[in-house]
Amino acid sequence: MSRAGKIARRTFLIGSAAIAGGVAFGVYMAKKPIPNPLLDDLKDGEAAITPFVKIDAEGITLITPRADKGQGAYSIQAYLIAEELDIDPATAMITPGMPGQAYYNASVLSEGVPFPAYQDGFVAETLRDFMSVPAKLFSIQMTGGSSTVPDGFDRMRLAGATARETLKEAAARRVGVARGDLRTENGAVILPDGTSIAYTDLAAEAAEIDPVTDVTLRPASAWRYLGKPDLPRLDMLRKCTGTEVYGIDMEFQDMLHATVRANPAVGTAGARVDASAAEGMRGVEKILPVSNGVGVIANNTWRAFQAAEALEIEWSAPDYPGTSEGIFATLEQALGDPDSYDHRQRNEGDVDAALEAGEVIEARYRIPYLAHAPMEPMNAVVRVLDAQVEIWTGTQIPLFIRDRAATIAGVEPEAVKVYVLPMGGSFGHRLEMTHVEQAVELALAVPGRHLKLTWSREEDMSHDYPRPASVAAGRGKVADGKVMAFDLSVSQSAMAPEWFGRLSGMSLPGPDATITTGSWDQPFDIPDYRVTGYRAPSMVPVSSWRSVGASGNGFYHDSFLDELIHAAGADPLAERIRLCLHEPARKVLEAVGEMSGWDGPSIAEGRGRGVGFCMSFGVPCAQVIEVTQTDEGIRIDQVYVAVDVGEVLDPTNLEAQVFGGVIFGLGHAMNCALTYENHAPLETNYHAYEGMRLYQAPQIEVRALSNGSRIRGVGEPGVPPAAPALANAIFAATGQRIRELPLNKHIDFV
Amino acid sequence: MKLTVNGTEHEVDVEPEMPLLWVLRDELNIKGPKYGCGIAQCGACTVHVDGMAVRSCQLPVGDLEGGVTTIEGLGTPERLHAVQAAWVAHQVAQCGYCQSGQIMQAAALLDLNPEPSDAEIDAVMSGNLCRCGTYPRIRAAIHDAAQKLSEA
Repeated sequence: MSRAGKIARRTFLIGSAAIAGGVAFGVYMAKKPIPNPLLDDLKDGEAAITPFVKIDAEGITLITPRADKGQGAYSIQAYLIAEELDIDPATAMITPGMPGQAYYNASVLSEGVPFPAYQDGFVAETLRDFMSVPAKLFSIQMTGGSSTVPDGFDRMRLAGATARETLKEAAARRVGVARGDLRTENGAVILPDGTSIAYTDLAAEAAEIDPVTDVTLRPASAWRYLGKPDLPRLDMLRKCTGTEVYGIDMEFQDMLHATVRANPAVGTAGARVDASAAEGMRGVEKILPVSNGVGVIANNTWRAFQAAEALEIEWSAPDYPGTSEGIFATLEQALGDPDSYDHRQRNEGDVDAALEAGEVIEARYRIPYLAHAPMEPMNAVVRVLDAQVEIWTGTQIPLFIRDRAATIAGVEPEAVKVYVLPMGGSFGHRLEMTHVEQAVELALAVPGRHLKLTWSREEDMSHDYPRPASVAAGRGKVADGKVMAFDLSVSQSAMAPEWFGRLSGMSLPGPDATITTGSWDQPFDIPDYRVTGYRAPSMVPVSSWRSVGASGNGFYHDSFLDELIHAAGADPLAERIRLCLHEPARKVLEAVGEMSGWDGPSIAEGRGRGVGFCMSFGVPCAQVIEVTQTDEGIRIDQVYVAVDVGEVLDPTNLEAQVFGGVIFGLGHAMNCALTYENHAPLETNYHAYEGMRLYQAPQIEVRALSNGSRIRGVGEPGVPPAAPALANAIFAATGQRIRELPLNKHIDFV
Repeated sequence: MKLTVNGTEHEVDVEPEMPLLWVLRDELNIKGPKYGCGIAQCGACTVHVDGMAVRSCQLPVGDLEGGVTTIEGLGTPERLHAVQAAWVAHQVAQCGYCQSGQIMQAAALLDLNPEPSDAEIDAVMSGNLCRCGTYPRIRAAIHDAAQKLSEA
């Protein structure tokens, strides 16, 4: 076995079950060529040159298997292929295609290695590369972890180049010249005499030859699309004209409309239902049980909603605490409890000795459960035919859905077709599939008919698998104007094992890295430095929420660091820069200093600025936020952001993603929480879960730096620094240190 | 019951309390207006009734008085309304789900107030929620559309 294999088996985190189960033969199996899913249903005259490009006489189809939930995956994947294929992607069909093993995500697990992302030594890099093996082995076709660009950067360009060279080879054989004498341009092979042959005209011949795989990727200096300013998103026109077709917009002849009410104690079975009031309502066709709840099938969504509301239901209660108070008490109990110890991935110096004597600075923090609440509620269209199940839905996990639907319907996975549709947001919500399971269960009761299941907003928010609530304790020490000791403990229910278990039915042994991701792995050099994760019992079932572990740990780590720096009497920005041991991270800190004209945390009476920093998904991101204390509350005036994602492929979309990340981080930090009573959240619609509105949106200035090594994604890294930067700014403006989210429990906002 | 949508008259057989949104989406297959909250808290369902921006999820179809315009009737991919053109130029949309409502609200704003200030934009547009955080570009696009419309 390779060295990396041995290392991997001793490690833990998200990929470890995969490795523990499969590493002995995994490398061999994963090296076998992956079946090309496009070959399954190719018609005569069609050529599927790689799993990402399909060409027939009608045109060129680009397969973009990472799902678009608003982050721009659809466009960037098409541009990556088109860059090497020499086509205008606006002229191609672009589709996510059928789920397939070939579309495994090689990068999504690489964040799970026990090396901080700023460390790029041999072992760390080998192990990151190695994580692509379980990803391939287990066919994890997944969108998430800001991985679309790092995963697709080489692979999709190679697909384009392979297709281009194979088409050239086909042309070379047809006209009897060397492939090297041909060139390509705008969807055609150009012969030495200037004659052009359209790719579509070469498809049938290209299908007969082995793909040309000895290709060289073009250098960035030769790019036509990538890295260029004003690269238009290929879905923009549709999204501005109401013509994009989301899952919820699917329409079929004679389609049925359904909704469900399931136990708000998510995953808990058992209910007493009185359907008498709902049964006679107009348009209601069937009322029947689904897992953990009841489904209503009607001839119109609103009628289904009305009938579902008329159901009288008594839910069974699970055995974990039913109130936020009880949940936080459980989290506090696990914090520091040796029996709940989960992992300690950072332990430098001798923290115990350092904190034994003298003045120890202590602080306790907590963050609430958070809903994903994308604008488009969960929905799926399902039709069950004799030996086949068809599913239309927006999802980040099409293969898990295929396999689960097969199990429910009692068919082979190959008999399930999953059509992945554009998504009206996700933020991690669509890494779950309860709504699809329910839709399949209901569709089985109406074979042959298309059935669209739509969750009401209330159902969506109360059946989300939220961002975990957690609590943290910091202890530290300062001396001579410097931060000398930093000890952080975090307590949270295990997120990754719960999620992976729900999806795969397999258990994920070992510690759960998400408890401390975003705090243990920060690029600072503090003499005595320790971060410990404690695993609280499972309570409300939880899942990934935009930026995952870093969404809470970014707040904990950077808030406590800010407190220590203040206690030391140092400048918040200068001390972070002094402590920072990673060049690209230091540069983003210096950049926000320059952008904001930083001259200390105080701007004027009642005005202050705070700095926030978090490195997540390998991307260092620093933010400076300026706030003003007004009579109506805190106003957020201005945000300066610097990020380093390595090579920037789409500057326009990078800025949009950072805007979005900052606003997402700030909005939830200001006013969002799921508060539980009787095992259900009190907040079930946007009036109680506002986030940021347009009038609150600050000016945001973004600078992208390129001092990093590997290319990275930017969908998530803008989120984690926003909350601590805001809390630190409020401290600078008011002297009030807020250690709990949402901040509006302690201070008003304009 | 009869209603006029984007200049076309339709006859539907529905209960009068059914919200306009669901008549449009499920009875007439006009899918531009979106369901987001069902309680007029997000604005994704915004349409025009006789030029005024209305939350169609809260308007019982029986109470409808006047012609309805949805995003499909505002402009088309081939013939964009100035607000839509500004949205494309500023690359506003991310997931795009709220943008039909944002655009309809912005178009109604500019109809009444051709040169809105930032404060006026804030006041009118804050009922339209965007979870992706496209607000900075929405502001910029509205100013841009206002300028284009004033030049036209």
